[in-house]
Parts: sequence; structure tokens; C-alpha cells
Amino acid sequence: MRVALFVTCVNDAVFPATGIAVVKLLERLGVQVDFPAAQTCCGQPQYNTGYRRDTEPLVGRTAAAFEGYDYVVTPSGSCAAMIRDNYPRIGRLQAKEGRGDDLAGAAASLVPRTYELTEFLLDVLGVTDVGAYFPHTVTYHPSCHGLRMLGLGDRPRKLLEAVKGLELKELPGAEECCGFGGTFAVKNSDVSAAMGQDKLRNARSTGAEVLCGADNSCLMHLGGMLRRQNSPQRALHLAEILASTEEEPLL
Amino acid sequence: MSAPTARTSYKNGANSTYLGMPSFPRAAHAAVRDTTLRANLKHATHTIRDKRAKAVAELGDWADLREAGKQIKDHTLRHLDRYLLQLEEAVTAAGGTVHWAADADEANRIVTDLVKATGEREVVKVKSMATQEIGLNEALEAEGIAAYETDLAELIVQLGEDRPSHILVPAIHRNRGEIREIFTLTMSAWGRPAPDDLTDRPADLAEAARLHLREKFLRAKVGISGANFMVAETGTLVVVESEGNGRMCLTLPETLISVVGIEKVVPTWRDLEVFLQTLPRSSTAERMNPYTSTWTGTTDGDGPRAFHLVLLDNGRTDVLADEVGRQTLRCIRCSACLNVCPVYERAGGHAYGSVYPGPIGAILTPQLRGTASELDASLPFASSLCGACYEVCPVAIDIPEVLVHLREKVADQGGKGHRLEKAAMKASGWVLNHPAALATAERAASLTRKAHPRRLPGAAAWTNTRDLPELPAAPFRDWWKRNRTS
Repeated sequence: MRVALFVTCVNDAVFPATGIAVVKLLERLGVQVDFPAAQTCCGQPQYNTGYRRDTEPLVGRTAAAFEGYDYVVTPSGSCAAMIRDNYPRIGRLQAKEGRGDDLAGAAASLVPRTYELTEFLLDVLGVTDVGAYFPHTVTYHPSCHGLRMLGLGDRPRKLLEAVKGLELKELPGAEECCGFGGTFAVKNSDVSAAMGQDKLRNARSTGAEVLCGADNSCLMHLGGMLRRQNSPQRALHLAEILASTEEEPLL
Repeated sequence: MSAPTARTSYKNGANSTYLGMPSFPRAAHAAVRDTTLRANLKHATHTIRDKRAKAVAELGDWADLREAGKQIKDHTLRHLDRYLLQLEEAVTAAGGTVHWAADADEANRIVTDLVKATGEREVVKVKSMATQEIGLNEALEAEGIAAYETDLAELIVQLGEDRPSHILVPAIHRNRGEIREIFTLTMSAWGRPAPDDLTDRPADLAEAARLHLREKFLRAKVGISGANFMVAETGTLVVVESEGNGRMCLTLPETLISVVGIEKVVPTWRDLEVFLQTLPRSSTAERMNPYTSTWTGTTDGDGPRAFHLVLLDNGRTDVLADEVGRQTLRCIRCSACLNVCPVYERAGGHAYGSVYPGPIGAILTPQLRGTASELDASLPFASSLCGACYEVCPVAIDIPEVLVHLREKVADQGGKGHRLEKAAMKASGWVLNHPAALATAERAASLTRKAHPRRLPGAAAWTNTRDLPELPAAPFRDWWKRNRTS
């Protein structure tokens, strides 16, 4: 089984701890994981902002970088959804516009091998108890693309519930968007911030020490707000909780 | 009696035009700071949202109904020419007259001429999005004809010289106290005044509206409506409403004029089976719609003696020509997407600068009006692409897909703000296509991280409310290189 980590550009540059956590977690579960250095960005920021043509080289690059791997695992529901939902669409439009069918082919090859981390853990490895230890109270925010585009369902919850010492607190209004939305956070910063404040109000009401998510882009927005407000609550990626053990505790 | 608050005064014909409205982000800037509006909207949208979820969950075949609705609409749109001609023939055979209007001006002219020909100076109106879209009330007013809205919420909007902010609940931005104030201050200028001791109890407010409207129903000789559906095989029009006020307008006047978008046609009565299940549950969370009125042309001794159908294009054939955008025409105006939208909930309906607010407005308005104005060009970006709208849409319009498609059109046309963005996208695209350059950029950012401030002047839209993330000592790819490559 050849497994590649698609760490995503945000995690590479800003949240390497999440990428490191995925590597350690998968290795602990007996999976040998590779990091193809040719990977960069899935192209979601460009695509969602209206620059489909500028996204095309990144579709080709991403598909080529992961050629030959049985599984491509990424700790981002949003980037996984970009590949699964939008790569085929980009390929179809390229072909329809008479500019070749290489991207449709690239998408067809990559899409069925692409897994968001929790999907890979539950659906491929068949584990819910990953042997993690995290003696803290946690509330979980399901990011929209994982929730609605990928249909992750209760996979993250099952994983968290199996973590030793972890107490899961129900997040009110969990399925409401946090307001990040890529360039939306800047183009419509007032509404974005209002959505974020409401999400944090709900998160704080749980009394949890940690606001957990499976998408660091959303957590960059929420975590940035928490820090600005000097809140004791901290935003943390699910992978880092799952990587934490009694021998090597994260917090 | 208290004086109207700042928010209750939308005077000087604010109704008449959306021209010159600010872009969505600027309108939303004010709306998110209006705590009354935020509270009204949060309460109302969450109430309807939760009720809809329960009503939909009751049906075991919801997914099938949704798919059927989508397919009926797609099939009809694919053969729209044929079904419209069939409809025209059936309506004419049943004693009605069909008019074709290419745009708002033509539709307004047709309706105005028809009303003038009756010699009447006033009309009663059934709640209708199409007539709002074309600004019919203002066109009639310019010709000296008074149009009275009879839907309770539309009445509140009209009396308050306000704009609708929701498709189904146009006065959703108003609370009971505000409505009491509007009735007390304005009803007397339009007809029967509100009682002196009017309270803000919903039953009392409804009774005041009932008495005020009753004299209009009994006096009116001309009724104007839209329609939710038109059945091509029989020429039957269908109006779905909750109050019965619509039925008053459809049955009491001598002349009935209906202005209907061409996408509202369905082939057969049997097709209604699907939509009369999905529409009430999606919009008002009712299992069955309270007042469903259907009429076919004219009937001797029963209802209006003259019936005119004005078929409205007003940009719809342009939407139909767009392979991605055309799914927008499936919309049955249920409002489920508004009630579930986190952006609508914070920004309110007025920020969308159109009679079609919320997610559906963000894709419909730029397609009907184009994206030349700053406002219309900003609408496709008024979404975090969270996908909640697509999830609840009873005809499965992939609103995020259309939003992104329209963003591409806006980005392609260049314009304010998009030239710099385009250059930035090109530059970042180049870096991202060259991993070595990306690694260099990441390392440079990490090396200078101690010098990064918490707030950046150029990034105020981000740093006004959030800290920038603290950059790591090195990017992930460096950790990998040091720790996992031999």
C-alpha cells in the first residue's frame, strides 16, 4: 500500500505541526507514508475566487505529484473536496472549451484515490481507536466542505470519542459555517467576522479547553479571533489530538 | 405612541429603485452592526429553519421528490418553447388573453394599458415576485393608478415605504413592535386607520390588517397577481399562499391580470404533485399549503370576467443560454436557502439590493441584470460557499457551483479591484507551480516571523478582527527533509 501525504499549502507554510502529526499518527498505525515534494496547492483559492484557468496548472501538478500512489491522504476536508468535486468539473470545462482532455484524465485518476484523513482512518484502515491520549475537554466544529461536500458524517466524532481522557462537549449550532470561506474572509470581512464571533460564542459556551476542527484554514480564522480576544480556548487540528499519546502528550 | 426609529423610515420612494445601491460588503458593513436587525433575523430564520428541517424529515421519499422536481424543471426548460406555445393555446382556448413581454418596460406598459382600459384607478395585488422584479407598482403609480399590496407582509413593507428583505417573508426584518408602529402611523393615509388601542399582539395586528384590507377587496375591480406554476396542458395558473388574501384578489375583481416569468410553466397537472409537496414544506414548513388557488381562463358567473396573462422574459432566456447558470431557473421561490444562509442571517435582505435576496438572489440577480454595476458584480462573492443552500434546495440548484461560475465572469470582466487580484493570482499561481520557489518563499516568511506584527495595514480586512497566525520556524517540507529522507 503506497500512501502519500497531501499536506496542503496552508499546513506546509503555516501549520507544519498538523502535517507532522499526520505522519506520526499514520506511522504509529503501521502505515508508511511518503511526502512527494512536487506537491504545492490544490488551487482552491484561485478556483473559488473565479480564476479557473489559473487553477488548471495546479490540477495537473497535483495529479502528477501523486501519480503511482494507492492513497492520497490529506488533513483538510476542504482541499479533499476541491479535488473530488471541482477537479472533474475543471476537466470537463477544459475539454468543452476544446483545450484538451488531460485534466479530465488527471481528475479521473486522482479523485478515487483521494481521502480526507478521517475517511482514511475509518474507511481504509478501519480504526476508530487510534491509541491517542488527550486529557482535555474538546468541542468539535465540522467544517462545511467536509460536512456537506464530502459527507464526513460522524467519523471525526467517533475518532474523538475513542481518545483516552478526552471529554467531548457538544457544540451548539455546530453545522453553521464559521465564516472563513477563503477570500470571503477578506472580501466580506464584516459578515465573516460576525459569523466567526457567533461560532466562538457557541464554542465558549461549551466551556471546552480546545476548539477542534479538521480544516486548518477555518481554524486560522477562528484561532486568530480567539488570540485577538485573549481567550483561554485554543484552536487545534484533529490530527494533533489523534497524534498525542501518553508517552508523547501534546498538551 | 413613540416616534419611528431611524430604521422605520425609508421615505421618499425608496421603494422605487435599487439603482445606486452600495456593493454588498458595504451594505453588510452597516447591517451587521444593527443589533435589532440581527436579532429579528436570527430569531425568524432559525425558527423557520428548524421547522423546515422537521417537515422535510417526515417524508421518507424527500430525496426522490427533490430529484423529480429537478428533472421536471430541467425537462421543461429544455423544451420551453414548445410548452409556452402549448400554454398560450390552452389559456386562449379557455377565454384568456396572452401577452408576451421581453423586458420589464414592456410588461409594465402592457399591464398599465390593460388597467387604463378598464377605467379603474386602483388595483389589488396578490403577493408576486415577478411584479416586484419589474417595479410594476411604481410604473402604475406614475400613471396615476394605486396598487394595494394585500399580502400581510407586503402590506407592512408598502405602508412603511420600505423594501422587502425576504422572498417569502418580506417584512422579516421587522418585529411586532415595529409593525404596530407602522400600522398606527400610516394606515389612515391609505384607507381604514388602525384602531387607537392597537397592541403588538399578532392576533390584533392581523385583525387591523384584515379590516384595512377588507374594504379594498370589496371595492377593487382589477386584481393583479403572479403565479407559482402554469400548467401547459390545460392553461391553468396556480397561486400558493397562506392567508387567503390572494384568493380574494383572484376571485372578487372583474379583471385579473397575471404577470408570470416564463420559467414557471410545467407540462402537466401531474407535475404539480411533486411541487405541492416540496414547496410548502421548504418554504413555510407546512405539510400542505393552506390556500392553493387554480384557475383556467375565465368561467361564466364565477370569478373575473376578463383574464390576461403577461409572460415575462426580462433576462430569463439569457440565463437559459448559460449551461451552468440555467439551473437557477428551476427555482420555485421557496426561500429555504435564505433561511439557512449564514450570510443572509447577518447581512439581511436589503444588502442584496434586489427583490431576490439571499443565496438565490446572489445567483439570480447578476444573471438577470448582468454584472455591470458594482453591486451586481459583488453579489457572487456574497457567500462563504458553505453549501447549506444547496443542501436544502428542493430542486437541487447547486448554488455554490453557480456562484463560482459567476465569479469567473466577474473576474474576467476585470473592473474595480479585480485587476490587482488577477495579477496576484497569476503571481501566486506561478509560485505554486514551482515548488522550489514556494519553499524559498515559505522559508523567507518563517525566518522573518519575529518581525511580523499582529495587525498589518495592508491586511486590515483580516487583522481588524483576527490575529495573523504565528508562522512556524520552518515549513513542513523542511521538517520532512530533515527527519524522513535519508
